[in-house]
Amino acid sequence: MDKKSCDILIVGVGGQGTLLASRVLGKYALDEGYDVKLSEVHGMAQRGGSVMTYVRIGENIASPIIDEGRADLILAFEKLEALRYAHYLKKGGHILYSTQEIMPMPVVTGAAEYPQGIEKKLAGVGIDALSLALEAGNAKAANSVMLGALCKDMGFDREKFEGALLSCIPQKTVEMNRKAFELGYNAL
Amino acid sequence: MKKLLLGDFAVARGAWEAGVKVAAAYPGTPSTEITEELARFPEVYSEWSPNEKVALEVGIGSSIKGARTIVSMKHVGLNVACDPLFTASYTGVNGGLVIAVADDPSVFSSQNEQDTRLTAVSAKVPVIEPSDSAEAKEFTKFAFELSEKYDTPVILRVTTRVAHSQSLVELDERQEVPLRPYEKNIPKYVMMPANARVKHVVVEKRQAQLSEDANGFAINRIEERDKKLGVICSGGVYQYVREALPEASVLKLGMVYPLPYKLIEKFASSVERCIVAEELASHIETLVKAHGIKVEGKNLFPLEGEFSAKLIRERVLGEKEEIAPEAVPARPPVLCAGCPHRGVFYTLAKLKLNVLGDIGCYTLGAVPPLSSMDAVVCMGASIGMAVGFDKADPEAHKHSVAVIGDSTFIHSGITGLIDAVYNKAKVTVIILDNRTTGMTGHQNHPATGKTIKNEPTYELDLAEVCRAVGVPNVRTVDPGDLNALESAVREEIAKEEVSVIIAKKPCALLTKKLYKGFRVNDKCKKCKACMKLGCPAIVNGKDGITIDISLCTECGLCQGVCKFGAIESNGGAEEKR
Repeated sequence: MDKKSCDILIVGVGGQGTLLASRVLGKYALDEGYDVKLSEVHGMAQRGGSVMTYVRIGENIASPIIDEGRADLILAFEKLEALRYAHYLKKGGHILYSTQEIMPMPVVTGAAEYPQGIEKKLAGVGIDALSLALEAGNAKAANSVMLGALCKDMGFDREKFEGALLSCIPQKTVEMNRKAFELGYNAL
Repeated sequence: MKKLLLGDFAVARGAWEAGVKVAAAYPGTPSTEITEELARFPEVYSEWSPNEKVALEVGIGSSIKGARTIVSMKHVGLNVACDPLFTASYTGVNGGLVIAVADDPSVFSSQNEQDTRLTAVSAKVPVIEPSDSAEAKEFTKFAFELSEKYDTPVILRVTTRVAHSQSLVELDERQEVPLRPYEKNIPKYVMMPANARVKHVVVEKRQAQLSEDANGFAINRIEERDKKLGVICSGGVYQYVREALPEASVLKLGMVYPLPYKLIEKFASSVERCIVAEELASHIETLVKAHGIKVEGKNLFPLEGEFSAKLIRERVLGEKEEIAPEAVPARPPVLCAGCPHRGVFYTLAKLKLNVLGDIGCYTLGAVPPLSSMDAVVCMGASIGMAVGFDKADPEAHKHSVAVIGDSTFIHSGITGLIDAVYNKAKVTVIILDNRTTGMTGHQNHPATGKTIKNEPTYELDLAEVCRAVGVPNVRTVDPGDLNALESAVREEIAKEEVSVIIAKKPCALLTKKLYKGFRVNDKCKKCKACMKLGCPAIVNGKDGITIDISLCTECGLCQGVCKFGAIESNGGAEEKR
């Protein structure tokens, strides 16, 4: 990390693995000697609801949450969620988002429509994380794909960051996640 | 060594370092992880109790016997534990007794937004409140000292944002604290009228003494900066104040009840404008004003919701940032794909029954399109409410049921069921037995046959419990079998007696399989029968009805409702390698 501080918002749908992503980031930043605060969502929202996790890295962090208009980067595991939280970005910030679409219940029931043309409204890069995860072995590895992309985007030390990821996942899934991480890293 | 720790884990670590020997709790977001973490320490006896009242009673017993003890719960759990709490305040302690209570401003995962500080005022129990993980650990250790020194239980209050944030903590070693000798002491521990009258006087003196001594506690501190503005705050709000108003002087209160009035007076008179910034109730502000100290507070800040640095900038400095979010469809939480409760709510919706609900993942049965719930109030309330429905309208049982989870039933549903049998109510109760405490993240309970440490223990048989209290009709069905489920419900609601249907199937998240998911074939007639299930994996989009294989767990419910055989397997799940 070349900057003194960095505020990253991780958003997605409950169950997609946003907690894992924030913990990997936290571990990496701590190993690099920064102060870190993470704030997570547990409980009911994790059941398929819209979830956000804050990651604040710097020298001396007070609040564990990031206010609207102040995030350097948004890592979005789902396209609609990227748009929902886009206003958290500061001027000049950008979004890394998965192009995966997960229909929220109001869309499933026909009470609302999934917005079209989201890509045009987002200041950032879309990654087909679901396809890459399937290529790596399973749809569940999409979060590792996104972390690979994030690692490249932020200019993190690849070996250390990948090490932080692999230390946070079950031993049995290491190979799949390593592959997913690589595919994400190379997707940018 | 510094470590990044969740606030709840830091509380657990603090308790462990303080030599805690006994930990008891009932799971409740955002407090659950305190006891989950304590269970990992071999030096600590930990348990999931059936409910918070029992947890605190276990805690009172171990404290009287001389052990340092921690009991943990969420804010509404403290309501359940209030009966022992209010009198434990009178008996006091032997080994230090700390009650960790997690409040949930903004109601992330609760049924209300109550403020534990107000309960503590009624119970006359001191409250200390950390603002991050490092303080969570240190304050927990201090709470044990305070408890033993002042002979009182101590509430350690955290909020969601402190409990579920991670920040850096310096780890220390455990200090072994021997059991304090136990001596029989009837006037201290037996609260009958003659003793309680005497103890009430002691309690009032103790609270006054604590208020006086708190002026010198290191956890209450003045940070002198610019004198134009002073802010009194505590807990997570302190972090927002420091971020939003870096120049302001701050009185950071580590103990929020009883209050250190001399310190507050000194601080308030040292600044030109003094503001109390506190989430939820006007607790500090009201007490401080009653003490004749001039402050601002709820004239600026809301009584509901969690604060942020942005809110403080807006309300104190008048800074308004115009940031408009995109108008996008909401994404409320839903029952997971494969959730065993879905079949039950689908059936209840189909039969158009009134559903008296309860607390757990299955409260999401209230969300469209299932919308299959009429009332949810608190843990265990469903059965009592169903009895009330029946007593108000003798015909109600023909079109209503109570639904309650396995863990919630044990928590406080059994007494409701006894009431139903005893008072001849004609209710049908469906126990949604998913073999775990789901919403809080899969904790064991008495009917899983495993302790908090996953050790085998007696497995409570829910059907036998129901029969034992006198329920004449008890049957178990697989909620994945929609036909069997529907006939069971139809038959039981027709009876003029108490019935219990145990809908038994493990939580979908407990199955560690890699699924290939289902797919829709060309037999699909787009009748949308499957859409009525409200399954997040079934999507009606521009390509017709499709199944999201990243979510599908091959539960088969959609195959059960499809009349055309249009949903087929992609080859079946495999075990996670």
